[in-house]
Amino acid sequence: MIRAAHPRVFARPLGERLRRATLLALAGLVLAIALWRVLPDWEAFVSGLGKLGFLVRFMIPPTHGGHLPQLLEGLAETLAMAFLGTLLAATVAVPLGFLGARNVVPVGLFHFGIRRLFDGLRGIDSLIWAIVFVAAVGMGPFAGILAIAVPDAGTLAKLFAEAIENVEKRQLEGVEAAGGTPVERARFGILPQVLPIMLANVLYFFESNTRSATILGVVGAGGIGLQLAERIRLDDWQEVAFIILLILLTVSVIDWASGRLRRRIILP
Amino acid sequence: MAGVSAGDAAVARFEARYRAEARRKALITAVGTSLFLAAFVASAIVGEIDPARFVAGLPNIIDYVARTLPPLSRDTPLADLGEWFWAIDVWLLLLADTVLMAIVGTLAGAGGAFLFCFHAAQNLAPNGWSFFIARRSFEIARTVPELVFALIFVYAFGPGPFAGVLAIAIHSAGALGKLFAEANENADPRPIEALAAAGATWSETMRFAVLPQTLPDLLSYGLLRFEINVRAASVLGIVGAGGIGEELYLVVRRFLYADISAIVLLILLTVAIIDLVCERLRKGLIAPGERAATR
Repeated sequence: MIRAAHPRVFARPLGERLRRATLLALAGLVLAIALWRVLPDWEAFVSGLGKLGFLVRFMIPPTHGGHLPQLLEGLAETLAMAFLGTLLAATVAVPLGFLGARNVVPVGLFHFGIRRLFDGLRGIDSLIWAIVFVAAVGMGPFAGILAIAVPDAGTLAKLFAEAIENVEKRQLEGVEAAGGTPVERARFGILPQVLPIMLANVLYFFESNTRSATILGVVGAGGIGLQLAERIRLDDWQEVAFIILLILLTVSVIDWASGRLRRRIILP
Repeated sequence: MAGVSAGDAAVARFEARYRAEARRKALITAVGTSLFLAAFVASAIVGEIDPARFVAGLPNIIDYVARTLPPLSRDTPLADLGEWFWAIDVWLLLLADTVLMAIVGTLAGAGGAFLFCFHAAQNLAPNGWSFFIARRSFEIARTVPELVFALIFVYAFGPGPFAGVLAIAIHSAGALGKLFAEANENADPRPIEALAAAGATWSETMRFAVLPQTLPDLLSYGLLRFEINVRAASVLGIVGAGGIGEELYLVVRRFLYADISAIVLLILLTVAIIDLVCERLRKGLIAPGERAATR
């Protein structure tokens, strides 16, 4: 009886079955090509595993090898880069976000263009920006700050613009009815509504930037990453393990603190 | 008369409370502002921020960007385009490699996350220690940056895409494991109780009570992660872990300006296409994880 009521569940039509089979075969083919391209030959794999085992053995116990001040300095630089990079990104993203919101600038072509600009900025990873900025302004934390700020300005501007587009209209209309200028509308009609969302997002990005800032040093853009890449080149695995632990600890502390702050902002 | 004085007392109480609250607010604002300023000054000192250098650096950046603009003329646009993308065959192959790395890395990572995501869900874990181990492993796997794993694996397995795939897989396992576990924790408990009451084993309960509820979420998270991993795979080449990143790093260091813009444009295009395809696929499932989608 059930079979009579739902024939499609028990015997799918031939076309549908064929389409499913084709899709599955295609997926299998892509996977096969992918595995063929990325997997190493067996000997390299086995010797690599052996090396990996050695590395882990060499990592124990993790030590700072007397370079603790240097490492802490690198860590401080990482945090400073994350902080200033996020701050710079947020500062730029607020006006950009207003410009990119459809209800603030209701010009279709402009809206489309500025949104694509945001996409372009955030589509490129901060590490790519880092190698470009290191080439443009030289090694050091300045390149790192810019590398964090540029893609995040794009992402934050997009998030801000979306938050602004979702504001309650009545408050805007209220300010307008009271004779507010466009600037006053933005200041008193929109900003109070979106400020908590903006702050929470900025804090979230600070957390995630602490993680990205730890690796920018690998390409010379300042921070602990430089020390890490150097230790790996020098085969100093005990110190590598120490630096990784240091990064883990810092990231957890920042996550915890910023998470608490974020919950306070969103739920006052 | 008594009523009036009672009213006055209430007003006085209110005013005292108001003043106290206002003082508290002002204190919090003052402390917050000074903490922020202290952090700013400290960061500026540690980060070697020099306004003079910033001003000096700005023209450099603009100049650099201007140099990467391709020499497209109005007379021979097609020939110029061909010149700009002169190594398009090599680049497309490398881009394909990048996407394939992301595919294998995401699949492997999602597999790892799937295996232990039921143990990492607080209300589903069969026992305390497996919950603890699963949670902590996921945490370590997602906190250590991909690039650090890549550096280590390149050292062990030699340069090539395999190191990148492993790095992506481990990091994805950590990130997805957390999301999967959270999805499992939010599953409706009634089917779980029903299966437990029917005498199902733990793995049967997971398979027939939890998985049918959360599978669309898990697939959706996996697709989101794939989008993120395509971006990640495009930079892992910088440390020798395969993909287009190695070529990009090479042309940046050799100051082949037009090539830089060509490769960056190709990466942007690839990322945009992958995002579009994944978005369509995800719409077919459901769309949780707005926050994760933005990164």
